[in-house]
Amino acid sequence: MTQNLLEVRNLTAGFETENGFVKATDRVSLSLAQGQTLCIVGESGSGKSVTSLAIMRLIDYAGGFIESGEVLFKGENIAGKKQQDMMRIRGSKMAMIFQDPMSALNPVFKVGEQIAESLRTHKKLGEKQAWAKAVDMLRLVGIPSPEMRAHQYPHEMSGGMCQRVVIAMALACDPELIIADEPTTALDVTVQAQILDLLAKLKRELKTSILLITHDMGVAAEIADRIAVMYAGAIVEEGTVDQVFHNPSHPYTVGLLRSIPGLDGERGGELYTIKGTIPSINDLPTGCRFNPRCPHVMDRCLREEPPLMPGKNGQRAACWLEELPKEGA
Amino acid sequence: MSATATDTYLVEARHVKKYFPIRSGLLSRVVGNVKAVDDISFGIREGETFGLVGESGCGKSTLGRVMLNLKSATDGEVIFQGQNIHSANAREMQRLRQEMQIIFQDPMGSLNPRFLVSDLIGEPLKLHRRMSGAEIDERVVQLMELVGLDASRRNRYPHEFSGGQRQRIGIARALALEPKFIVADEAVSALDVSVQSQVLNLMMKLQKELGLTYLFIAHGLNVVRHISTRVGVMYLGKMVEVSPTDDLFAKPLHPYTKVLLSAIPTPGIKKERIILEGDVPSPANPPSGCRFHTRCPYVQDRCRSEEPLLRTVEGDRQVACHFPLI
Repeated sequence: MTQNLLEVRNLTAGFETENGFVKATDRVSLSLAQGQTLCIVGESGSGKSVTSLAIMRLIDYAGGFIESGEVLFKGENIAGKKQQDMMRIRGSKMAMIFQDPMSALNPVFKVGEQIAESLRTHKKLGEKQAWAKAVDMLRLVGIPSPEMRAHQYPHEMSGGMCQRVVIAMALACDPELIIADEPTTALDVTVQAQILDLLAKLKRELKTSILLITHDMGVAAEIADRIAVMYAGAIVEEGTVDQVFHNPSHPYTVGLLRSIPGLDGERGGELYTIKGTIPSINDLPTGCRFNPRCPHVMDRCLREEPPLMPGKNGQRAACWLEELPKEGA
Repeated sequence: MSATATDTYLVEARHVKKYFPIRSGLLSRVVGNVKAVDDISFGIREGETFGLVGESGCGKSTLGRVMLNLKSATDGEVIFQGQNIHSANAREMQRLRQEMQIIFQDPMGSLNPRFLVSDLIGEPLKLHRRMSGAEIDERVVQLMELVGLDASRRNRYPHEFSGGQRQRIGIARALALEPKFIVADEAVSALDVSVQSQVLNLMMKLQKELGLTYLFIAHGLNVVRHISTRVGVMYLGKMVEVSPTDDLFAKPLHPYTKVLLSAIPTPGIKKERIILEGDVPSPANPPSGCRFHTRCPYVQDRCRSEEPLLRTVEGDRQVACHFPLI
């Protein structure tokens, strides 16, 4: 068996609150092979961002911590590493792209300087070399006249341009893993199309592994090799894009996909809705966490929590149903 | 412009302009204008949903506000039921306001956190109708039930409600005075898909039951497609295409519409995407001729010098392009 670049095992992370520990992710297991793109999709509060922060160990700075579980990066468990050691890994071996490029960049430094900084720190490049490499990176991500742009400040650039700078920064030290948390959510569709195109190109050419967090099924379908669907802190389904989108086997995935108004077919009719609302993570139902909203709920679902199990279609789903009834509502 | 005489518009914009002055220097002299809305004419028919799409900065929200006289127009008229609302005096405007309401994007930002929900929904009734406290309370209960909220929770604060519920509060408040026309400015954009579909269903149900007319401003094209009768596409302060929804999605006439449609990723559908070069130009200094010419994949010489006007082609469809994709 070949070793996966990233292997997350039973990761439980969360926050200490007045009411005790709140699990934002509950025994999340993921694996990401070299050169692959894995998308975590889910609605707000499903725990997808916390998962990414925990993998980067940035959750410590967000007021939370990893309670249990392992994060194996190239076979090494980094869940218990000191932040000092993490600093050597972050930015060089693994890098992050955030949602809002304007706040991810420092407004008082030139963008070239911000890219060069990580090169000086991690690659020990000299002043001139680092700057030259920064300009190269800007060229790589498709910024026109990079020599001139490197001297500009973030406010002199558009949102899409800033996101390219953030991507250039993430790529500067040739990381093996890039975690992108909603990288296109703040962007307009035509700019989003540009950025998705860029990410696909980088993946092809640099063979970087990408862990992409998004709430947009369309974006996920566009760029992912595999999809993990999260609901209320846990992964409820995991498989290839085809399996998850064309042959979903968890009722939540089915509901989510049916809730989105399509671009073809009938319109104006009543849209499918998942009844009820997402439960609060400190007040989850017993048994399956989706059971109060599930159209196919059975007795067993109320008592026992289903683990992620291999299903008939090849993907894994956390559901007791042997087979989903067709078009059941 | 050939708005056919048979059209009976509930609301109509005629050559509406909205410029925001750019001031600079010690004396803050006006050095230029951001042309957020630049000479737009279109009408919304009674009972329809007019979807307005475009990317950020194209002026769609500004247009929505000008349609309600929440922002004054720099030039042009907005006719609501035969009356130009931009020349109405304060008293007339107060009467007109009851007929036209707005639902905002961010329900948390548009609901005063220190008001009880009953006060938030009841406030328009207090201001515009001479109702007693008991009457207002009765109406609030009615409205909350209408939008699917538990009326027994009316004496709570907005933060005690979820995002979708807050948006319902915003809708209930907009409906309090039984308006005819509602501008929904990105009303579902901030919501998760499963909540979004619930709110969309509610808006469609209310339209059917109360005979509402919507101006539905959004950037989510799939949502606009689902709910709209007709769709207007804006680019840099101009309306570039107005078409019945099915026609627009089946066969866009304006190159920009085509690019926009091709850019939406959809689960399960692999399609060819047209990637635009460059960024949206600044609305303070829009390109000459057709505003889209700097990025248009089909640009020709004429587009650089001569501005195309919105004209009717193929029945109910209008497009502002010298070379529409017919």
